[in-house]
Amino acid sequence: MARNIKLRIWRGDATDGGLKDVVVEANEGEVVLDVIHRVQATQMGDLAVRWNCKAGKCGSCSMEINGKPRLACMTQVASFGEEETITVTPLRAFPIIKDLVTDVSFNYKKAMEVPAYEHPQELAPGQARMQQVDVERSQEFRKCIECFLCQDVCHVVRDHEENKKSFAGPRFFIRIAELDMHPLDMLKNRKKTAQEEHGLGMCNITKCCTEVCPEHIRITDNAIIPMKERVVDIKYDPARWLGSKIRRREGL
Amino acid sequence: MTIERHNYDVLVIGAGGAGLRAAVEAREAGLRVAIICKSLFGKAHTVMAEGGAAASMGNVNDKDNWQVHFRDTMRGGKFLSHFRMAELHAKEAPDRIWELETWGALFDRTKEGKISQRNFGGHEYPRLAHVGDRTGLELIRTMQQKIVALQQKDGRETGDMESGIKVFAELTVTDILKENGKISGAYGYWRETGAEVLFEAPAVVIATGGVGKTFKITSNSWEGTGDGHALALKAGANLVDMEFLQFHPTGMVWPPSVRGILVTESVRGEGGVLTNNLGERFMFKYIPDVFKDKYADNEAEADRWYEDQDNNRRPPELLPRDEVARAINTEVKSGRGTEHGGVFLDVSKRIPAETIKKRLPSMWHQFYELAGVDITKEAMEVGPTCHYVMGGVEVDPDTAAAVGVPGLFAAGEVAGGMHGSNRLGGNSLTDLLVFGRRAGAAAAVYVKSNGKNPVSEAAVTAAAAKIQAPFDREGGENSYSLHAELQEITHNLVGIIRTGTELKEAIEKIAEIRARSANVSVSGGRKFNPGFHLAFDLDNMLLVAESTAKSAINREESRGGHTRDDFPVMNDKWRQINNISSFDGNKVNIREQALPAIPKELFELFDIHELEKYMTPEEIAKGGSN
Repeated sequence: MARNIKLRIWRGDATDGGLKDVVVEANEGEVVLDVIHRVQATQMGDLAVRWNCKAGKCGSCSMEINGKPRLACMTQVASFGEEETITVTPLRAFPIIKDLVTDVSFNYKKAMEVPAYEHPQELAPGQARMQQVDVERSQEFRKCIECFLCQDVCHVVRDHEENKKSFAGPRFFIRIAELDMHPLDMLKNRKKTAQEEHGLGMCNITKCCTEVCPEHIRITDNAIIPMKERVVDIKYDPARWLGSKIRRREGL
Repeated sequence: MTIERHNYDVLVIGAGGAGLRAAVEAREAGLRVAIICKSLFGKAHTVMAEGGAAASMGNVNDKDNWQVHFRDTMRGGKFLSHFRMAELHAKEAPDRIWELETWGALFDRTKEGKISQRNFGGHEYPRLAHVGDRTGLELIRTMQQKIVALQQKDGRETGDMESGIKVFAELTVTDILKENGKISGAYGYWRETGAEVLFEAPAVVIATGGVGKTFKITSNSWEGTGDGHALALKAGANLVDMEFLQFHPTGMVWPPSVRGILVTESVRGEGGVLTNNLGERFMFKYIPDVFKDKYADNEAEADRWYEDQDNNRRPPELLPRDEVARAINTEVKSGRGTEHGGVFLDVSKRIPAETIKKRLPSMWHQFYELAGVDITKEAMEVGPTCHYVMGGVEVDPDTAAAVGVPGLFAAGEVAGGMHGSNRLGGNSLTDLLVFGRRAGAAAAVYVKSNGKNPVSEAAVTAAAAKIQAPFDREGGENSYSLHAELQEITHNLVGIIRTGTELKEAIEKIAEIRARSANVSVSGGRKFNPGFHLAFDLDNMLLVAESTAKSAINREESRGGHTRDDFPVMNDKWRQINNISSFDGNKVNIREQALPAIPKELFELFDIHELEKYMTPEEIAKGGSN
């Protein structure tokens, strides 16, 4: 059953902009991205919105819906009240390009700062043997679809542009944790550099990132907290510090 | 006018699996590489691949090897695959998977700690390396991170991480440029600003993926607009067998907002069964003669297969995709479909809820969050969705070089030949890796021996004029409406079941829309303007649709992803023919070209009785080409 809904869309660019009200048809089962597309096709041909798969797998249609960072393709219109106005605005933590599209290049710069995986030289292709239970910890983090909602919601950078330089953000803490827990990665001191170079210490565990993650990755509990604890262990326990220098790998 | 200019050795258009693998190879050969993607880096449609990557590593069943994989691929493609591509693919796929592991990929494991492999339609043994049901994401992320690793290496050596390989995200290519008959570069615009960009490069690798958006119901994202197919045609390359489109049998059909989104074949591989509205497990009725010895004709045997694969035939739900899609289509058209025009796919009765969530996590997630359906408790409603184009750029199998255009290469879904008339699930992800790597390597060899080929100012002026044109027109056609009209035509007249009369009508109507599309006008400015973007995508889709419809009317038989109601069976004559599309500047022309004969050593891998189902007695008597 089609019905008309009220949508309030932020339109503009870096210099100027504001909320515009529209009334648009919504059909049963539709998500917010569907109605935005209908507005685009029928009322605002130049409305800018990023999207790709429309199936919650690519993480492109990130925006703020009634103030909450969400994927527009995973937000059912029916989850709002019949008379409720749905307000869609661009991600707040990143510079606006146009309408609902923001400049997320910050995240790609941070990705380039995380040292890559290092495969054991002696292990030829096809020789790796790993147990499922050992790969599962990293696999959880590799589910990340890079929607950057966690980066957007994190208050360390959300309203603190000045922190961006020294803070990689939750997305890249799970990337570091993933490599740190990778059964074969040879690079040492990932936890230490997470703390010293990527700003792990600035996180004060409010779990906002975990709450917005559409993949339900337990960012805080499974990545950030274990790394913080281990950083503490390594830094302040002399025996473990010594152990980490003697053992082939740092992994604990 | 000053335009942004870049100079590279190799330009890769498309940042999905094939493009990234090509870029890695070209960079490792010492060349400077630019990667262009229409969307953000890491969002390409490869992320949607769920089931896995087919490679005969033999980790689960040691009887598997490249010969068996080759046979399955040829059989799945109904013997229309280019034998050499199928051979290279089967031989090299395991190395390409193992290589990903050395770049940090984490596949699911067997008890012995090896890469786990799962069953899939048309594959004789468990063959698909996988990560739950998000294998495509793992591939793309691994290669994305490999690119970063190469950039970090370049950074250590030159002080500039982007000195050897640079990603140009959210940029659309509108023209591939040639000088003196050879590739010289490409022209396009930044989606963000609308500003124009010239790339000078003597080699271009096209890796743009598919054409799904030409159709109304598709699993493809907005990017699947056949850009590479159209760019290649316009640059003078050929397309081969564009009539072959794979309609994935199980797309979601309800609710409407998710119509077309894929339900991975792994659901059936893990034990999901298809039933109609009478509760009948109907696939037993649709086992073609050529597959009777491999597929169970009764429920008891089909069910036993999940436990004992050596002594039972496979369930018919695991037939190749074209067979299952046609069967569902027939059930629905005969009035045995669901309320919303699909059939039921159910895993809940056979597999415990916790196992479903563990083995098919993204499926569970997708249905629960997008459709409010809990697949551990109830059946899914599914039906065919346009998923993959087997046809594509005609290439030399060993080098992925586009036939007829020096300096142009194509790999992945945009290339044709590998999958014949029907692709097996899982063969796409390894196709990307095998031929992406080959394209990158061959492009590097080409550049080293041919050197630079500068772009002329005349070419730049012409390309720039084309981009400006829709802004200068006022009150013209709306690209959104034209796109919707095209999708109606392809859906109704060039869909799963085709007839000569309908195809003729489609060709006329597509030509009509093409004429109107010359008058598209765009409102708003150049800055991130989707209406403007669609104007160019539309042009590509129209060319693809024309090529598909014309190839389809020419092929008077039914085979794989091409079913003609007026020619319902396979025809030996047509097994020996490829439909070659070329573009004369105005329209697509089709000519028939002989398929290369299978050489003796590959011919002999098959049981002669199987070949008799596909080949003429003369072909069999010859016993291969050498």
